[in-house]
Amino acid sequence: MAADPKDTPVTDSAGLLEASGLVKHFGPVVALRSADLRVRGGEIHALMGANGAGKSTLVKILTGALTADAGTITLGGRTRSFHTTSEARKAGLVCVYQDPSLLPDLTVLQNLKLTATPLSTFKRYLVELGLEGFDLQTMPRELARPTLSLLDLARALAIEPQLLLLDEITASLPADLTVRVFNVARQLRAEGRSVIFISHRLAEVSALCDRATVLRDGKTVGVVEPAQGGEERIVKLMLGPVADLVAAEAASPTAPATGAVAVEVRNLKAGTLNDVTFTLRFGEVLGVAALEGQGQQELFDCLAGVRRPEAGQIVVGGKARTFRHPADAIRAGMVLIPADRLQALLRQRSVRENIALPLVSRFSRWGPINPRREKRQVEKAVKRLQIDTRVQSEVRRLSGGNQQKVGIARWLVGGFQTLLCFDPTRGIDIGTKRQIYGLVKELAANGSAVLLFTSELPEIQLACNRVMVLFGGNLVDEMPAAEADEQALLRAAHGLPAEADVEREA
Amino acid sequence: MAGMRFGRAARRYGWTVAVYALLAVLMVTTIIIKPDYGAFEWNTLTLAALPLAFAAAAQTMVVLSGGIDLSVGPLMALANVLALRAMLGHDLNYSLGVALIVLLEVTLAGALNGAIIVLTRVPDIVVTLATSFIWAGLALLVLAKPTPGIPLDVQNLAQGSALSPWVPNALLLLLVVPLVWIPLRRSRAGLAIYAVGSDRNAAFRSGVNLGLSRVLAYSVGGFFAACGGLALSMTTGVGSPLAGTYYTLSAVSAIVLGGVSLAGGRGGILGVVAAAYILSLIPAVFIYLGIDPNYGQMIQGVLIVIVVMIGGLGAVLRRV
Repeated sequence: MAADPKDTPVTDSAGLLEASGLVKHFGPVVALRSADLRVRGGEIHALMGANGAGKSTLVKILTGALTADAGTITLGGRTRSFHTTSEARKAGLVCVYQDPSLLPDLTVLQNLKLTATPLSTFKRYLVELGLEGFDLQTMPRELARPTLSLLDLARALAIEPQLLLLDEITASLPADLTVRVFNVARQLRAEGRSVIFISHRLAEVSALCDRATVLRDGKTVGVVEPAQGGEERIVKLMLGPVADLVAAEAASPTAPATGAVAVEVRNLKAGTLNDVTFTLRFGEVLGVAALEGQGQQELFDCLAGVRRPEAGQIVVGGKARTFRHPADAIRAGMVLIPADRLQALLRQRSVRENIALPLVSRFSRWGPINPRREKRQVEKAVKRLQIDTRVQSEVRRLSGGNQQKVGIARWLVGGFQTLLCFDPTRGIDIGTKRQIYGLVKELAANGSAVLLFTSELPEIQLACNRVMVLFGGNLVDEMPAAEADEQALLRAAHGLPAEADVEREA
Repeated sequence: MAGMRFGRAARRYGWTVAVYALLAVLMVTTIIIKPDYGAFEWNTLTLAALPLAFAAAAQTMVVLSGGIDLSVGPLMALANVLALRAMLGHDLNYSLGVALIVLLEVTLAGALNGAIIVLTRVPDIVVTLATSFIWAGLALLVLAKPTPGIPLDVQNLAQGSALSPWVPNALLLLLVVPLVWIPLRRSRAGLAIYAVGSDRNAAFRSGVNLGLSRVLAYSVGGFFAACGGLALSMTTGVGSPLAGTYYTLSAVSAIVLGGVSLAGGRGGILGVVAAAYILSLIPAVFIYLGIDPNYGQMIQGVLIVIVVMIGGLGAVLRRV
């Protein structure tokens, strides 16, 4: 690599970044009590914690988006306090976020100009990330999210940072692109630079990271080496006393169900989706496994009445249906839990109003709503899902996991027959994730039908009875959950036959 | 590859091209309706369109940054009456000096709009509504009633045609817009204005100074509003404290027609200038047809809705 001499890394054992005793309050809410983070030069360091543990606050303080109330940060031996993100950038500390920071209405080139990013290094990293020959005149608005993430990463790398923060960047990346990101991170480490890696996927953390700092309730509760069987310790540290409870809930995969047919899909075609036929029964959780963009979005959109299929039939309760509007699907008992919680919720309204929304039409078609009945039902759902209601006046202030619970609670109260979950645990911590899967299984056990897509293949076994795999818009495989381990799913999701060897995935 | 490039260019500049095409169609229609349409009528049109084009340019700057400025009209009126008070009875050179000072003062007023919004965090629509009353009140304090008296030499700067009868001075004065716009559009400051209007969070993470960029947008807006006020002085020869009232909302019409997204971050100023011409031409067409020009107002409204609908239809077709 043709690095400038001034770019030679600071690799003294004292550590590249030392943050200690960081405290941050937002009014009465304490986001960080006492956070410590020590990152050595030439290290990939994981930052772990459940939702609301203070990870994002810590990241914001490190990158200068927020200023700590107390505590010190030293970078390369100098005490620093960044007040803007550009100050942090200049000091060699950049962050790449889960939602890419490229401006949608400026061309990629203008975006680079805006951040004064050197073009030659940017292009070099583009090649390394597998995007050689990329047209810089493209508008980010026109690009797919995984590409945006890679561009954002290349832009961060282009300034040759001493410390790179990757904040859940892999959450929206398919497996093959994740591998490319990992390679770049390892290359930085080899050059003596450091990476802070944030992900909810334990497997990624143990595959990539040298050490992990775990936060809980705004405090650093431990530093673990994930490679040496540290995964279980990380989970225990993250969850604290509730760890054992959660472990009990994540039971073994359930047997195939034999209930009545809830939904029958015949030769459905829409966009990428190409001639898909399957049956979903009451009492089962049917998993959908697929890499990014194999037609799963179209499938769920058609079933939820968001989009009209080009051909094929959706049969619900023995009748072929045409959904002209999501309301038609909801009336047929099909309800959608989208990946992006805020697509489904009214972000500035209260938890109660959000849950009661579908009820409004049931209680009274016209005229006032009976507030006491509404309240009773809502409270029941809140309790059942253990929704954290400390900040219930506006849904947007809840953590991602709690928002998703509100989305589910709404349909518990509203009533449904078939639950369509499209990646419901995207960006949600392990504890809440398992709660959601537990709930999904419970709903099925009580007689509902559930169709569940998740981008996290290892988790399919946690919730499903049966799995089908989409590839290139076709249904390429179907298997009982017991056989659907990560390897089998990956193979099928890449369009490989079951017998073939998997050479590429590591 | 070339086809892809063309498709992208068509998507990106399509609206601007379409607005100029619409203007051309309207011009041809006008000439068919009024076969003796000549240099004089053309000159009249450029004079009528000049203040509106500046007002629309002012609003464009602010809207691109994700804001709105309800005080564009009163800012123009303020520039207009300040110019009259200071120029009254003076010669050309002195008046040009006055014009520069007025430009500076009203640019500062625009900057003040922006600074209040950024510092107090009161929504832009509320702040500029409030300041619109303040600027209007100031204009009335400067000049209580419409008064003629802009020096003739100054008026001739806009009303004559120095180069050729078909290139009126009013058209040349409009060059101020691209002269400010094009360098700004290519600078980091200009990109930052687009950035804050496009996605504030991403802009912040990209290291853009949000507050400063927004104040800059309002300042350049103030500058264009000042140009509009001076254009009023030159085209009418009168200083009038109420002259700006019409322009605030007409400017919004022009930017919508010109392809600027009211949500911010998208569009450019050149289409907006053409839109200002279209909006000025419609009443003239009605006069030539011998119909009450007030119908023209209604037609303007219908035109805006139809054009925006067609644009929306295009976006829907692309998505499917």
